[in-house]
Formats: sequence, C-alpha cells, structure tokens
Amino acid sequence: MIRIGIDVGGTNTDAVLMDGKTVLAGVKAPTSPDVMTGVVQALRDVLASAKTTADKVDVVMIGTTHFTNAVVQRRDLAPVAAVRLCLPATASLPPMVDWPEDLRDVLGNHWYLAHGGNEFDGRVISKLDEEELLGIADDIRAKGIKSVAITSVFSPVSSEFEKQAGEILGRALPDTHITLSADIGRIGLLERENAAIMNACLRDLSQHVVEAFRGALADVGFTGRFYLTQNDGTLMDAVFAERFPVLTFASGPTNSMRGAAFLSGVGDAIVVDIGGTTSDVGSLQKGFPRQATVAVEVGGVRTNFRMPDVFSIGLGGGSLVVDGPDGVKVGPRSVGYRIVTEALLFGGSTLTTSDIVVADGGAELGDRAKLAHLDHALIRRARDRIAFMLEDCVERARISADPLPVIVVGGGSILVEGPIAGLELILPNHFAVANAVGAAIAQVSGEVDRVYALAEMTRDAALDDAKRQATEAAVAAGARRETVEIVDVEDVPLAYLPGNATRVRVKAVGELHVG
Amino acid sequence: MNIIRMVDANDMEDIAIGGAVLGTGGGGDPHVGKLMAQQAIRKYGPVKLMDVMELADDALVVPVCMMGAPTVMTEKLPQGDELMNAFRALEAVMGRKIDAVLCGEAGGVNSTTPFVVAASSGLPLIDGDGMGRAYPELQMVTFTLHGVSATPMVLCDDKGNSLVLETVSNAWTERLARAATIEMGGSALLAFYPMSGAVAKKAVVAGTLSLCARIGETLRAARAEHSDPVKALVDLLGAKTLFHGRIMDIERRTEGGFARGKATLTGVEDWRGQTLRLDFQNEFLIAESDGKVLATTPDLIAVVEADSGAPVTTDSLKYGQRLMALAWPCNPLWRTPGGIELVGPRYFKYDHDYVPFE
Repeated sequence: MIRIGIDVGGTNTDAVLMDGKTVLAGVKAPTSPDVMTGVVQALRDVLASAKTTADKVDVVMIGTTHFTNAVVQRRDLAPVAAVRLCLPATASLPPMVDWPEDLRDVLGNHWYLAHGGNEFDGRVISKLDEEELLGIADDIRAKGIKSVAITSVFSPVSSEFEKQAGEILGRALPDTHITLSADIGRIGLLERENAAIMNACLRDLSQHVVEAFRGALADVGFTGRFYLTQNDGTLMDAVFAERFPVLTFASGPTNSMRGAAFLSGVGDAIVVDIGGTTSDVGSLQKGFPRQATVAVEVGGVRTNFRMPDVFSIGLGGGSLVVDGPDGVKVGPRSVGYRIVTEALLFGGSTLTTSDIVVADGGAELGDRAKLAHLDHALIRRARDRIAFMLEDCVERARISADPLPVIVVGGGSILVEGPIAGLELILPNHFAVANAVGAAIAQVSGEVDRVYALAEMTRDAALDDAKRQATEAAVAAGARRETVEIVDVEDVPLAYLPGNATRVRVKAVGELHVG
Repeated sequence: MNIIRMVDANDMEDIAIGGAVLGTGGGGDPHVGKLMAQQAIRKYGPVKLMDVMELADDALVVPVCMMGAPTVMTEKLPQGDELMNAFRALEAVMGRKIDAVLCGEAGGVNSTTPFVVAASSGLPLIDGDGMGRAYPELQMVTFTLHGVSATPMVLCDDKGNSLVLETVSNAWTERLARAATIEMGGSALLAFYPMSGAVAKKAVVAGTLSLCARIGETLRAARAEHSDPVKALVDLLGAKTLFHGRIMDIERRTEGGFARGKATLTGVEDWRGQTLRLDFQNEFLIAESDGKVLATTPDLIAVVEADSGAPVTTDSLKYGQRLMALAWPCNPLWRTPGGIELVGPRYFKYDHDYVPFE
C-alpha cells in the first residue's frame, strides 16, 4: 500500500510518501495563508521526489494544527450561540464562565438557558419548551449567528432533548450549523459544553479547510480515500472531520511523537519536536504518547478530551533572538513561515535562532555570508540560551530518573548542538518530517457504545463482549487484527433502568492494513 | 477579630486544589464550587478567614454543604440561590442572626461552597471543618462526636423546594436527607449543625481551610521549581507513598445515591509485579495490596497523578492512568472508639478492623 502523510503546521507543510513501512520520500513546503497552495506544493514535491504519480497512491492521511491554532490565536472563529437545556438547574454558572475573556468576546458571548435536561436517573428536569426555543431562534437570527452549540444536562445518559432541540432550531434557522454536545463529550457539563462551543466556532473554518484539502488532492490528480487524524492518533474520514473539527485538537503532537517512535524504533523516550515557532515536548511509552490524566486546556479552555500530555515552549527555528541588558532573549516571538524572507540568512533583517546556528557552523542553510557581521560572543550566548531552554524542557518531561533517550524531530532540529541534559540523543532519518510520518501511520479505531443488562450476564462477560465487538469494528474499519489493542474501557451504570443496566464504551485501535 | 487571611478570587484556585487532595477521591470535583465562590467573591468582596478560638461562646455558627453523588454535581450544576436560601431559612428557624459560616467538609467541592455563603453574606468563615477530609454521609462529622445535632436543618434544591428537618439522631437525618436528595435529582444544598461558639471551639477540626490553601501553594511552587510535586505534598502532609501504578480495571455502581466501586492498579517501578486494590464509596476507603491491607478509613488515602501530584477523584479514574496512592494519619478525634464506630472500615461494610496508619 502506497500512502501519503501530510502535516499542515503553522510554519511548514510536510509530506511523506511511504510504501508499507518504508519512507520513500519526505519534503517540506512553506504553509501558505490559504493552506491549499502549500498542500499542493508539498504533494507535487513528494510525488516528484519519489518519482511516482498520484494514481499510484492508495490513501492520504492529513494531520493539521489549523483548528487548534485558530482557537489559540483567536482567528477565523465564527460567533456561536450556546444553548443549554437545563432550567431551572445550572443557572449558577453560565456557558463559557471559565473561558479567557478575549476568547469569549471573539465568539460574542451569546448564551441562552432554556428548559429541558435530565436528572442522573433519566427523569426529566423540565420539559422542552418549543415556544421558548423558537424565541431563542429569533434572537439568534436577529444577531446573524450561524452556528449553534446545544448542551443538555445529562445528555450522555439521554440525548433526546439535544436531538429534539437540534431539529427545532435547525428548522427555524436553515443554513445554520448545529453541534450537539453528546456527539463530542462525556459527563461533565462545563467541559462538554466547552468542547461543543469550540466545535461550533470552527464549523465555517472546517468546511473551508476540508474543501481546500479536497481541492489540493484533486489538483494533483488524487481521487482515492483521504482521512484526517484525531487527537487520539486515529483517523476520521473527511466528511466526519468537517462536522467535528474539534476532534483534531492536539493531533499534531500525537503525530510527531508516534512518528518519532516509528522512525527511531525506540518506544520509550522523551520526544522534542522543534518547529518554526514552538517546541512540543512529551514522553513516549511503548510507542504511544503518555496521556494527560487531568483536565486539559486548549487556548485557555478546560476540556475533558483524552490528549497527550505535551507542553510547548516558545522555541523554534524562526524564534527571534534579541540581545538586551538582561542578557539574550530567545522567543517566544517568531517570524514563523516568513522565515524564508525575514531571517538574515535569507536576506531579511530579523535575527533568528536559525541565523545563530548557521553562523556558528551548525547547519548549512541560506547564505552564510549574510551573517559574517554577527558578534561571536553573541552567537555563543544565544546558543547557550537555546541549550538551556532545551535542557529545561527535557528535565520537565522526564518522568523518572531512568536515562531515557531523547528523540529530536521537526524542522527546527538544527538548534540542537549535542546531548540534552546528558541523555542519549537520537536524530532519526527523516526527522524533519516526523509529523507527516505520524499521520501516515495513524491507526484506525473501532468503538462500541451499548447498554448491557447485568441481570443477565456478569460485568466481566459484558466487558469481554464489548471488547470483542470493538476489536471486530476496528478490523472492519481496516485494522490489521494482530495489531488491535483495547485503549479505552468505560462503564457507566444506568441506575434508572431495571435489570442493573450499564452503558459500556470500549475503543480498540489497530494499524491500517498494509498491502 | 483575628483574621487568619483574606481570601480573594485567585486564592480559590489553591484552596480548590487543596480541597481535592483532602477530598481523598471524593467530595466531588471542587471546580464547580470554586467557580461559584469566585463569582461571589468578585461580586461581594474577599472572604475573612477567622480562627475558631476567636468566636464568642454565645455566637451562632452554621456549616453549609452540598450533598449528593459527585458525578451529579459536575453535570447538573446548582441553580445558584440554594445555599443562601438554606442559610437564610435556617436563620429564620433559629430566630436569630448567624454570626459566622463554617465548613462542614474540607475535602472536595465542600471546601469551596462555604466561601459562596461567606462572600454573599459578608460574614467571617471559620478556618476549620467537621472532618479534616471528605466523607459520604452527613452524620460523619466531628460535630456528631461532640453531641451536636444536625438539625434543625434546611435542605434546598434547584427547583426552589426547601425542606426543614427535625430528627431524633444524626443517623436519621442522613437517612431522610439522603432520600430527599435523591428525589431532588441527586444533589441538594444545605445548612445544618447550628452550634454555639463554645461548642465549635471543641468540635471543629481547626486550620483545614488554610491547609487547603497551603497544599495548593505547595503543588504550584513545586511545579514552578521543577521539583517533585508528589514529594513536596508527602512532606507537607506527613504522608507516605503506598503505591505507584497504572489502572487496569475500574468497577462502578451507583447505589443509594453513592458512587461505589473499586479500582485495580498494577505496579510500576518499585511496585512492579504487585497490585493495589482501592475500594471507594465516593472516597477512597481501603487500600489493599495482594491481600494485605495497607491503610483504611478514617486515615486519609489520596490518589494523585504520578508526575504532577494533581489529585484524582474516584469519578475521574480512567483505564490506563499512572497514579500514586498516598496515605497519612487522620485527626485524633477520629481514632477514638466513637470515631471508629462512626467512620471505621466496618461501618462501610468492609471486613477489616481499623489499624492506625503511622
């Protein structure tokens, strides 16, 4: 099977072409403001480099940080109407109460509390009031809002009210995107509502971005299947991704860490992915990123997604280097994708980390003659500062005293001078495009979500049955059976149903069948 | 009046973290209570935290609490007026003004709920509580050990219902209030255990709210200095590490309004090859490794994220998490025969005698 993995980052768009487990070609192209031009460029380059054509490619996997960045940078976000079905309960804390003020303002802080919602045992808090919802629809229409997020209390137990309200608002507000919280999150009202609202504010953008991907692939003559990667390292098809862009959050770090494990053949390590603007640091256990166990924030908003425990520091190949009275300062500001015009070595006028490394003879890039005027002492101090920043973040990511190796990947890897924190340093082949490799090897998943009556079978038997079904679903979705693993098991007792009913959710993932 | 400290909206971040640690897995995620307290403090001003010994003997002190299943509280948030409704209604029943607010339970969401009432009413909040931790039932407070009646008590729900209880014992208060709470949708807010300043001086576990703040500060500082947060926490609490491992199974059931269940962890590093079983009934109550009981209630068993030291509640346990279990001795009031009868392992229907954890 020939596959292409693409990673659309804030600075570069990377692409790799793989035949089975072999990387045949890996390329980097600058990310373009319209996304599509950069993707087309990367696709053309990788096909040319592998001396093949698009019709030979079986499948394309795309990882993108576009949606995370949109939230973090507060750009291209659509105003959202957050509708909570709850009254009289939950009025103490309105939607978006725990959000950073600037993000709340960008979305317009439009929220409505309406009747509806369920108790923990399925009883109704209050009946849905169609008149009330139509009144809310009038207000949403008058404000010109085109995306609505609906969250009902205890919708993971009973999603009926969300569906009904979605239909009522959908009829009253044609051409409006509707996001239902039960489709995205689990128990925990504020976190699930947050995820639904973030999804809603990205719906316009997701249509545009997925269309751009589709266009870019058509442009190079690819007509096969294409997928986007999710935060858990598995794939979703394009139509699904368009509806649930929020599920791509944090897929970038997952891809780079899995790519690093794949390229180096090392399963337990600390991974430092140095990009143009930031470095992501996390730890790898048995080839998978370590998961965060506490609530993870995205752009300052609390969510209950399962995400890799990765943190970012403002250090990349395009980071600004500024000398001042308090010593030399590196980052967090960066020239980003404008490095090709603004860095000194490319004829620009901004001193970046890449200029420092090239001037010191650490890499061959651009025109070294343009750096001849740089002061040697400054170069040394800047390199020391970069080394300190890397050491600091690796120490932070270490989870034990064990001397784990450090795998460095990403286009900014030239910043690394030698071993970090005294640990073994691994710079795998194709390190610059590890993200794209991670996307290309992303797995497929199978999920089961059903209610078992434990009066009729034991809990263990129910879990075993669900695990077996999830495994079969993963295999049906294209996973190789011997690679399938159970990654998530959750059972929620439904006290309101007779027969000791329990809702079981199991997720299985495996590698996409190759060849 | 000797004010121990003024608590502003930012301080609530530390207190909520400390409350989650003392929550020993239960008492509910303090996040919701913290947001409510921050909202009230921003509106009405900071809360005065006061030493219990400063109370006049004839002062009237009233604890406030949220009651119910932790999962319910993270999903069905309060309507907002319940706490003040209960507080004012109890004031009317008592026929006099309340002089100070008290915390019933310094663990979990109830480490934060009294701040809502203290801020809204402008009254001082006593630095202390009735447990020094979290417990699932209403009579499980040091107030009971000192003969304080839980009633008259007022229970309010999100629909506007309120209930005044007068009972013959605190165990009866628990039974009746629990049944009402389930009917009210699994969570309710209440004002109870009205007591005099003189009684409060003997019955309160003192200093626990400022301890919550110190726990939060300690974890924050350790992370900022890149030192080991779990070690800093162990040192502050005088605790020991029981186990380091990964969750392999969680079994839950909701019974009579409680989240009961057990989690099984398989050891890593020094604990490789061993397993730990944690039994919980809202809180972690028994830690048992390969047939040997390591710690039991009323001593405190907390589970924290192995790397960050962040406390983990029983309802947020997930398959695969890597965690550390800590234990430390409870307040001496709990180790008396009366204390063991009220909150020892046998009360929770575990077939173990209490062996003090040292």
